[in-house]
Amino acid sequence: MAKIVNFTIDGKDCIAEEGLYLVQAAKNNGVYIPTLCNYEGIKPKGSCRICTVRINGRLMTSCTTPISDGMKIESNTEEINDLRKAIIELLFVEGNHFCPACEKSGNCELQALAYRFKIMVPRYPYTFPQRRVDASNPKIIKEQNRCIMCKRCIRAIKDEQGRSLFAYKKRGHKSEVVLDPVLGLQMSDELARKAMAVCPVGSILVREQGFIQPIGTRKFDKKPIGSEIEMSQPTK
Amino acid sequence: MNQKIIIEPVTRVEGHGKVTIHLDEEGNVARTRLHIVEFRGFERFVQGRPYWEMPVLVQRLCGICPVSHHLAAAKALDVIVGAGTGDGLTPTGEKMRRLMHYGQIFQSHTLHFFHLASPDLLFGIDADPAIRNIIGVALKHKDLAVQGVMMRKFGQEIIKATAGKKIHGTGAIPGGINKHLSPEERDMFLHGPDPLNIDKMIEWSVAAVDFFKSYHKKNKDLIDNFSVFPSNHLSLVRKDGALDLYHGVLRAVDANGKKILNDVDYQDYLKYIDEEVRSWSYMKFPYLKHLGKENGWYTVGPLARLNTCDFIPTPLAQKEFEEFKAYTNGKPNNMSMHMHWARLIEVLHAAEMMKELLNDPDLLEGELVVKGKKQYEGIGLIEAPRGTLFHHYRINENDQVVMANLIVSTTNNNQPMNNAVNVVAKKMMTGKKEITEGMKNAVEVAIRAYDPCLSCATHALGKMPLALYLYDKDENLIDEFISQ
Repeated sequence: MAKIVNFTIDGKDCIAEEGLYLVQAAKNNGVYIPTLCNYEGIKPKGSCRICTVRINGRLMTSCTTPISDGMKIESNTEEINDLRKAIIELLFVEGNHFCPACEKSGNCELQALAYRFKIMVPRYPYTFPQRRVDASNPKIIKEQNRCIMCKRCIRAIKDEQGRSLFAYKKRGHKSEVVLDPVLGLQMSDELARKAMAVCPVGSILVREQGFIQPIGTRKFDKKPIGSEIEMSQPTK
Repeated sequence: MNQKIIIEPVTRVEGHGKVTIHLDEEGNVARTRLHIVEFRGFERFVQGRPYWEMPVLVQRLCGICPVSHHLAAAKALDVIVGAGTGDGLTPTGEKMRRLMHYGQIFQSHTLHFFHLASPDLLFGIDADPAIRNIIGVALKHKDLAVQGVMMRKFGQEIIKATAGKKIHGTGAIPGGINKHLSPEERDMFLHGPDPLNIDKMIEWSVAAVDFFKSYHKKNKDLIDNFSVFPSNHLSLVRKDGALDLYHGVLRAVDANGKKILNDVDYQDYLKYIDEEVRSWSYMKFPYLKHLGKENGWYTVGPLARLNTCDFIPTPLAQKEFEEFKAYTNGKPNNMSMHMHWARLIEVLHAAEMMKELLNDPDLLEGELVVKGKKQYEGIGLIEAPRGTLFHHYRINENDQVVMANLIVSTTNNNQPMNNAVNVVAKKMMTGKKEITEGMKNAVEVAIRAYDPCLSCATHALGKMPLALYLYDKDENLIDEFISQ
């Protein structure tokens, strides 16, 4: 049986199995730590840094840090929330995110985080990059204007032999996540739907399904992101 | 001395424009122009987007009538997904869309009449602008103002129940609709507490028509003679000639009532309609090809619809329609201010249609979407509150839009609005050296009768102030009015 450890988040006494990633340990104790690149069931990456917390004085990503006994964690502080907010704002200005016409609106985690952090106007100037829409695959559309490079699709969408259907292409600021043109042709309907669900934004779209879900029934229409964790009872 | 008057911005209309009036050496009105000075570019920047985004993306043209763009785009995409041209949807799909549309007509028309136009009627065209506005109406005619606000609210609630949101919803999707009406929503609209129920809306709609008729009796000169000129009229009509604001065939009549476009399929609109570009305005000038640029222009909107249709398929509105037609002995009505009368008859028709639809069980259950063989081009027309609205899209084999053409209602009314400005300016300003507030507002009243949405027409962003400038023969600015 795994060892149970004690730790605190913002002064709240918590317990969890040793070795559990901090973001999950916090969730089990009813504490929401915002995430974006993290996705339950796939290996954490720690690339977006939204889940940054201060552990015993050091800033660390909670999706990649295993919990250990005696940790003192600061999460919901003005300083850390401002850092998170800055990252979200950077993601918005770095791409072309126009929520009003995006079919992922209401189900989009980036949008939901922006609402949660009450972002009205980003502090940084928009870059309006020239990006393309790859509509060549028969099952999905890869909308590069909205990709935030979280790698969720690369890590989660694989064929039966374990090969990723998505991959990085190009370098530096020209980097993009693309669908493998050969493996992509074998994508099943089920995998296409999974890819769209895994994508936290509207960068992977199943063809001809746009706006089929009515307003009012979408994931974040009625409750802000993270509220289901905050309203839940702590579990061991 | 030749002079040029410019009205900029024009107020209490949606969008941004200006009017220039040139006077000759004797002080007579030599030339007038309504310039639309916004540019937006929707037709270009939708290119490359997946086609199913169009109903949601293009409706952002407008915050007053987004439903019209939403539905016109959806109708065009019905063709693309193989669901046919308007009558191929499931009963639920078509009826939910119709309910959404009649909610839109109801709220937009009441907004126009009560909020934008009634101040001119209640206080007079030359009244102090500080009073001549919706706040003035609310202070002096509280009951009327409350009716206007609550009627608009009812229409907005219908839109929310069918589209998901009061403004910029997502209900209509290619081939149908994405939701049913819930029994709770239906019951609320049918039997909700006063005043937000359909019977009260019908009662108030009848009262609004009566209000106009009573005003008309006392102000015949203004309503009948303010701006009159012969015009062609164009709209959709149902195949049997009935007024139908959602779907039908294209019909046009001339100023004497002769059919000049005889119930043609709007998928062929390019055979019959062309657009002229003039250097001084971002708004194009549509015309019927076979009559040419000079004589082929036409009016759209409530007045045109009542001039083209043979009857209205709801009893109370039909009764009013008969009285309306009798006033001109059955001939087309070419009096611009009668646009308000026609608009209020349509408000009544929309209320009656909403009641009929709310009692239809197809709204509560049934298939939502139908699809067939994919097409690569689709055209969708609808009668928006301000008139006939055209959406035309072509897509490529990857489902991306490669061409979009939008002819919005106000664009169709471009030449008639220019004519109305000309008629009123000649009447009010001939021989006058100075522009008074009343003269300036008279020009705006003429434009306002058409309920123009100038933002829509140029697909442009912003509020709709319009300014008036006066120039001499050497193009020197000698007077100006700028309203905000």
